[in-house]
Amino acid sequence: MLYKRRVNLAEIHIHKAGILTTVQDLGRFGFQQYGMPVSGAMDMYSLKLANSLVGNHLNEACLEITAIGPTIEFDSDTFIAICGADMQAQINGNDCEMYKTIEVKRGDVLSFKGLKNGFRTYIAFAGGIDVPVVMGSKSTYLRGKMGGFEGRALKNGDQLQLGKNSNKLEIKQISKEHIPEYKKSFIARIIPGPESNYFTVQALADFLKSEFVLSNHCDRMGYRLTGKTIMHKTTSEIISSGIAFGTIQIPPNGEPIIMMADRQTTGGYPRIATIISIDLPYLAQLQAGDMIRFREIRLEDAHELMREEQILWKSDTRI
Amino acid sequence: MKPNEFTYFPLGDSSFLIKVGNEISVECHKLIRALVLAINQEKIKGVLELIPAYNELMLIYNPLVINYTKLVEKLKEIEKNLNPDNLPPAKLIHIPVCYESEFAPDLEIVAEKNNLTKNEVIKLHSSIDYLVYMLGFTPGFCYLGGMDARIATPRKESPRKMVEAGSVGIAGNQTGIYPIDSPGGWQIIGKTPIKLFDSEREQPFLVEAGNYIKFDSITKKEFHQISDLIKSGIFAIQKESKLG
Repeated sequence: MLYKRRVNLAEIHIHKAGILTTVQDLGRFGFQQYGMPVSGAMDMYSLKLANSLVGNHLNEACLEITAIGPTIEFDSDTFIAICGADMQAQINGNDCEMYKTIEVKRGDVLSFKGLKNGFRTYIAFAGGIDVPVVMGSKSTYLRGKMGGFEGRALKNGDQLQLGKNSNKLEIKQISKEHIPEYKKSFIARIIPGPESNYFTVQALADFLKSEFVLSNHCDRMGYRLTGKTIMHKTTSEIISSGIAFGTIQIPPNGEPIIMMADRQTTGGYPRIATIISIDLPYLAQLQAGDMIRFREIRLEDAHELMREEQILWKSDTRI
Repeated sequence: MKPNEFTYFPLGDSSFLIKVGNEISVECHKLIRALVLAINQEKIKGVLELIPAYNELMLIYNPLVINYTKLVEKLKEIEKNLNPDNLPPAKLIHIPVCYESEFAPDLEIVAEKNNLTKNEVIKLHSSIDYLVYMLGFTPGFCYLGGMDARIATPRKESPRKMVEAGSVGIAGNQTGIYPIDSPGGWQIIGKTPIKLFDSEREQPFLVEAGNYIKFDSITKKEFHQISDLIKSGIFAIQKESKLG
């Protein structure tokens, strides 16, 4: 009977869902040619860190929490890890460490006191979250009402199945130097183009010199910025073409839009630049009112940074 | 044949664009299609996804697997040997559409604005093989080329809050099918029982860039018959080869 209990799938009960809590993995790839958005974690770094702490595959689905944390009760013993924004996690009312493997017991309640820094928190569960894999991914695509848990954000009263996990897990902790620090102002490194020539020299200089503010129109699909308007030379439209995570489009009003995880696959505004991959997780931790600046970096240097980052994942030296 | 002169632009650190021309044209489309076929054939390690558009192809790659400069060199080789006049036949996909009033709230507007009868609109709309230039906007949405200018109609002044998946509409010089329920301002002239996108299906998408679409006019009765066949999983969509 003991054996049977062990293979029983664990469940979590969502007492309070928070404002936007979704199931996300690293995204739904391979269908962008059909107009299918990738979705997935806004902050892939935190998602991977959390998974690594509970022995999951780095692409396993986690809960992505936005601004306000949920209240979750565990119906059996398991392990979790919390990474990303500090929302002051607590278990049964006692402060709970982040960036560390946490053992939880049946009946334990995880809650969050409030956002201290950053904007999005990731909870990984040992064994992952047992939702159907839709087109190769467990990620929720909100506008398409598909993937994740019933194609939607979590609601109060939801019950989620967790994947199978072993009862033993080594307690691990991420070393301090690999824990990101989130500030209210961020310098994002960019690769310019392809439509740099759609802008005057002055506009391009403004783009690199100015500080922009994240407007209230920021969501999983994209961030609209306000500040200096970046004016086009003549036309503010291009023939619709591909866009990437982090691509910055300049629409007719001159206010930059950064494309995020739930972006459309193609767009029709001039693409002034694209933010480099390793800076995207920081971008995901900004919220309305925060500041952003852009700094140019060479493509080779961006690739070198990716390589360094990759080595850390391979050797697991963050722990 | 004059050599191609594509331009290559990085789009961030993990993708780049190959620009084959400066306009929306069948010529550009053929170059893109030839390029997609050639790149897929090469099976280059580190190439992850291709997103074809009207005049550009976006290529997503893993820079830790393949170096950018090397990849662009490889593509320039492919470009040299590219022959857009020797493409395999395209697929023509028949999409049954019911144009009866229940499914066509704006058919009368389209007819009136163009001084045509409703039947003439239907005839003009369903007699063309539309080229699927690209997909985008929403999952499964096809950008179609070739609509008869005689049925062109501006968008609705105030968009509908909800247009059902399968609705066929006209907006300016474009025609298209709504693949998912969404708000929209197109003039709706019919509806197909076919699901262009179904995440639960083994093949979630029915159409890809480079295909042609033809709308076949069906009655309401046929619409419901086809719906039933789709529900039982035994409807086979009609496809044929179309020579360039």
